Amino acid sequence: MVETMDQIFVTSKHWLVGLLPTQCQPVFSVILSVAAIVITFATLFAITTLLERKGLGRIQNRYGPNRVGPYGIFQPIADGLKALTKEDVVPRTADKVVHYLAPLALVVPVFLALAVVPVGRNMAALDVDAGVLFFFAVGAATELSVFMAGWSSRNKYSLLGAMRAIAQMISYEVPLILSAVTVIMAAGSLSAVKIVEAQAGYWGIIPRWYVLTPWGMAGFILFMIAATAESNRSPFDLPEGESELIAGYYTEYSGFKFALFFLGEYLGLFAVSGLGITLFLGGWHAPLASLGWIPSWMWFFAKLLVFIAAFIWVRGTLPRLRLDQLMSFAWRLMLPMALTNILAAGAWRFMPAGITRWIGCSLLVAVPYVLFAGALAGRKPLVKREYKYAD
Amino acid sequence: MPWPFAIIATLTIASAVAAMSLRSLVHCALALTIAFAGLAAFYLQLEAQFVGFAQILVYIGAVAILIVFAILLTRSDEPPRRSRFSSAGAAGVGIAVIVFGLLTGLILSSGAVRPEIRPPPEVTVGQIGNQLMTRFILPLEVIGLLLTAALIGAVIIAMREKDEG
Repeated sequence: MVETMDQIFVTSKHWLVGLLPTQCQPVFSVILSVAAIVITFATLFAITTLLERKGLGRIQNRYGPNRVGPYGIFQPIADGLKALTKEDVVPRTADKVVHYLAPLALVVPVFLALAVVPVGRNMAALDVDAGVLFFFAVGAATELSVFMAGWSSRNKYSLLGAMRAIAQMISYEVPLILSAVTVIMAAGSLSAVKIVEAQAGYWGIIPRWYVLTPWGMAGFILFMIAATAESNRSPFDLPEGESELIAGYYTEYSGFKFALFFLGEYLGLFAVSGLGITLFLGGWHAPLASLGWIPSWMWFFAKLLVFIAAFIWVRGTLPRLRLDQLMSFAWRLMLPMALTNILAAGAWRFMPAGITRWIGCSLLVAVPYVLFAGALAGRKPLVKREYKYAD
Repeated sequence: MPWPFAIIATLTIASAVAAMSLRSLVHCALALTIAFAGLAAFYLQLEAQFVGFAQILVYIGAVAILIVFAILLTRSDEPPRRSRFSSAGAAGVGIAVIVFGLLTGLILSSGAVRPEIRPPPEVTVGQIGNQLMTRFILPLEVIGLLLTAALIGAVIIAMREKDEG
């Protein structure tokens, strides 16, 4: 029974594919996988928009959407209909072709990136030898879509927003990839499926997830900060700082093209969270051996929903960074920390297991952190802040 | 000629031609990006996953972005008035034909295009990594040094401007 539930999607896919003549089977198998990814994550996107508005509403001491259906649960459907029926306004001076292609150039790579994330046992749509590299490669292509959107709109706010977004994405891509390198070193593989397999098993009751090692903890935190910045989420949402730039690079988009940008941004968030789960949180493995009877795909999506909740919480809590803070944070703290973390992961690999390894690697992470963070803060003594005009 | 190869080749060549002949520089850069993606597709078709993904990561993720940034920061993207083809076009074509003929002759005489078909080697990313860290460690280090020097040089050039202003 446990096995059946765990593999229910895999077996039903095999059954459906088996119904067709042999020569159609490979194509049909691919179409089924693609359809599953598109439907699952688009539905998750709809749920997330509602959860986010509700959650932000609670944090800001208001109700959030509560008009459409009981507790406002049909709000995503209303939003979708609105986006579909809205007029698609294209500025007269806009570069029509590039303006049209930009949202597609965002959504397609993001769906491709989702394909390599293993969402359950035997449930990676694209199990390639260099899966993590594939993820980062297609992720890099989204930067171009941001540029296309900003440039083709012929609007200075769009262009400024695009420049900010690309500068931010390039800056945070470096610590994102470098913090993932530690896991690749530890697992000895670039394949997302093999990385999840390497985290199977338990030390006593503690799962063998990479996040539960000194370098894994540091890498996970670095990875998630960089992922927040990569997906332009608060507190790194300067590219769409509405008080300065209207809506950033998609100022001149309306109707369904705007919805596509919205979708692409959330799917990017799911993809990068899914990769974080795969790399550091044991993928679809259960946190306790006694909970192994719950299907693997449920664990993956439970972890993903926890991530989404954390992102909503952070968005409701933290104020937006300034551009110079954003850049110096990336280059003066995140980058050196990611590099020293690689050193710590190497030390962990070659030191004999035991308490010395724990202490040594923790020191290798903690001491540089204190030094770099101190350098970033400018070694100013902590004093009570004096407000000149705000009293 | 197999169909996927034909499609990818047509797309790559068409976008490469577009990159040379479109009027707006940004359009040229975007067409060049499609040509890069076509090359990546070729590598993937040849079962060279690592090279293919690295091509996307480096060329589309970094080089193309660098090009569009350079275009945006240095000049307006107004299409130039006069023809972009220089007056020395005929000489250029001549030189191109000579170089192409020379290279073709050399390649054909070198024996690198022997018609024997060997089974494609199964190369994993791990093997490439091992080779880079053992047999090709010196070239790797030299390239690393070169890139670091270039990086430091770029920073120094950027800094000097700040001091004068």
